[in-house]
Amino acid sequence: MNIEAVKSIYFFEMARTRRTLLQSVVSPVISTSLYFIVFGAAIGTRIQEIDGISYGAFITPGLMMLTLLTQCIGNGSFGIYFPKFTGTIYEVLSSPISMLEIVLGYVGAAATKGLMIGTIILITASLFVDLSIAHPFVMLFFFVLTAVTFSLFGFLIGIWAKDFEQLNLIPMLVIPPLVFLGGSFYSIDMLPPFWRAVSHFNPVLYLISGFRWSFFEISDVNPLASAAIILVFLALCMSALTWIFRTGYKLRS
Amino acid sequence: MAPIVSVSNLSKTYASGFEALKGVSLDIEEGEILALLGPNGAGKTTLISIVCGIVNATGGKVTVGGHDVVRDFRQTRAMIGLVPQELTTDAFETVWNTVTFSRGLHGKKPDPEHIEKVLKDLSLWSKKDSTLRELSGGMKRRVLIAKALSHEPRVLFLDEPTAGVDVSLRKSMWEVVERLRASGVTIILTTHYIEEAEEIADRIAVINSGEILLVEDKKALMTKLGRKQLRVDLTQPLETVPDSLASYDLRLEGDGERLIYEYDTSAERTGITALLAAMAEAGLRLKDISTRQSSLEDIFVEIVEAGR
Repeated sequence: MNIEAVKSIYFFEMARTRRTLLQSVVSPVISTSLYFIVFGAAIGTRIQEIDGISYGAFITPGLMMLTLLTQCIGNGSFGIYFPKFTGTIYEVLSSPISMLEIVLGYVGAAATKGLMIGTIILITASLFVDLSIAHPFVMLFFFVLTAVTFSLFGFLIGIWAKDFEQLNLIPMLVIPPLVFLGGSFYSIDMLPPFWRAVSHFNPVLYLISGFRWSFFEISDVNPLASAAIILVFLALCMSALTWIFRTGYKLRS
Repeated sequence: MAPIVSVSNLSKTYASGFEALKGVSLDIEEGEILALLGPNGAGKTTLISIVCGIVNATGGKVTVGGHDVVRDFRQTRAMIGLVPQELTTDAFETVWNTVTFSRGLHGKKPDPEHIEKVLKDLSLWSKKDSTLRELSGGMKRRVLIAKALSHEPRVLFLDEPTAGVDVSLRKSMWEVVERLRASGVTIILTTHYIEEAEEIADRIAVINSGEILLVEDKKALMTKLGRKQLRVDLTQPLETVPDSLASYDLRLEGDGERLIYEYDTSAERTGITALLAAMAEAGLRLKDISTRQSSLEDIFVEIVEAGR
């Protein structure tokens, strides 16, 4: 195991976060605060409690997931896409480092950043609403596993993307609708039966529901189903990655 | 001594169907400077990329220091430094960080003293805190060399290192290469500046259309193929070479106004004295005489043309 190389990639990526502190950290905090002002303070006061939870608190896990997914996918994809774009990837490819170590470095950094920002949002949220976490370990399980899985998913997008448009396609066009329609801001019990049934095909619903359960012990779907969905998605990403390792897809001609 | 880099029967066909290498074999000895000479698209970069692990070979085998580059990639890549042809750099990084990063990637523990030495050797020390986008093209090229030297490689690949580099920088770069060679580093450089290969290399390999046409010690190559030409300009043009001069294998050029005689400088008798006497006897009046040494460039063109 080339630990030095994993560390190098990891800290190199983390250094970029420090350089782009405003964009990386401050902007998600501002956008989350805006959500709380609009949905929590302004509109939220007119919305009744959901299963005994104030609306502001109810949306917190969904907001964390929204940011976690977009940040992890964004960081995971950009980290590997950028060297491909500038050509500096030659150095990683010609180093004594296995694909697994490359992934550990890039995905580890992307997941760390996602978790940092998720935590900042949790802290920001606690300034606006009363929060308690019923099952901290379950919460950490979903939090960390989601960060790792979606950073890995981002990494795959970064390898697949051939231009910036493709790079932004999934984080910009696919993830937000899935998160918004995945019960971030409502319980799917509020939906008409047809749309409630459709929602069950949305994998993000399971993530948010499981994560919310760890906070308030309320959920749209069984928390075990949530855990199963995220593990299945992780397994899918790992299989895709194994295939990339074997074939050198878009990395080694 | 076993070669430090051994390439045997290496072939590469890209997905597009382009056959970049057609069964290339080449041994590189430890401590030498080998110039890989060839026109654009000859397969130079593909060859280097396979040795370094950036491109997968279609067939054949490469070993570095006795290790297979695919199976034992950790050992081989740790030994190799690569300076790519393109000026690819992380624009927003500082010189110090990017060079330190390269060392870590190659599995070496941080060694600020070594990085400092490399940067000083390449006259980059004063720029260590500058970001790469602030540097000129020549400086960026030196940063790429510093990155390649950051992990103390035993084999250094320089892919077109002086493309777009001014004369003084080129000179200082060759000084660095000389120093590296003196410290025992094996250097493989690709170039299409023939004078560069002539000046710096110990051996020259000529590659064209994915095939090695020749690998030869530079001096031997120059002597073997380094023929001289005697050019005699005449006052009156000739239609044909006079019969009395037939034994000299002369060639007429310039509408019959110039006779060309090729001779071997290393031969005991060049035949020049006899030829000039015979010309006078044949009644030819000479306007001018000059001689020309064939350069590596001529040799190169000759080999590539012959290979077609």
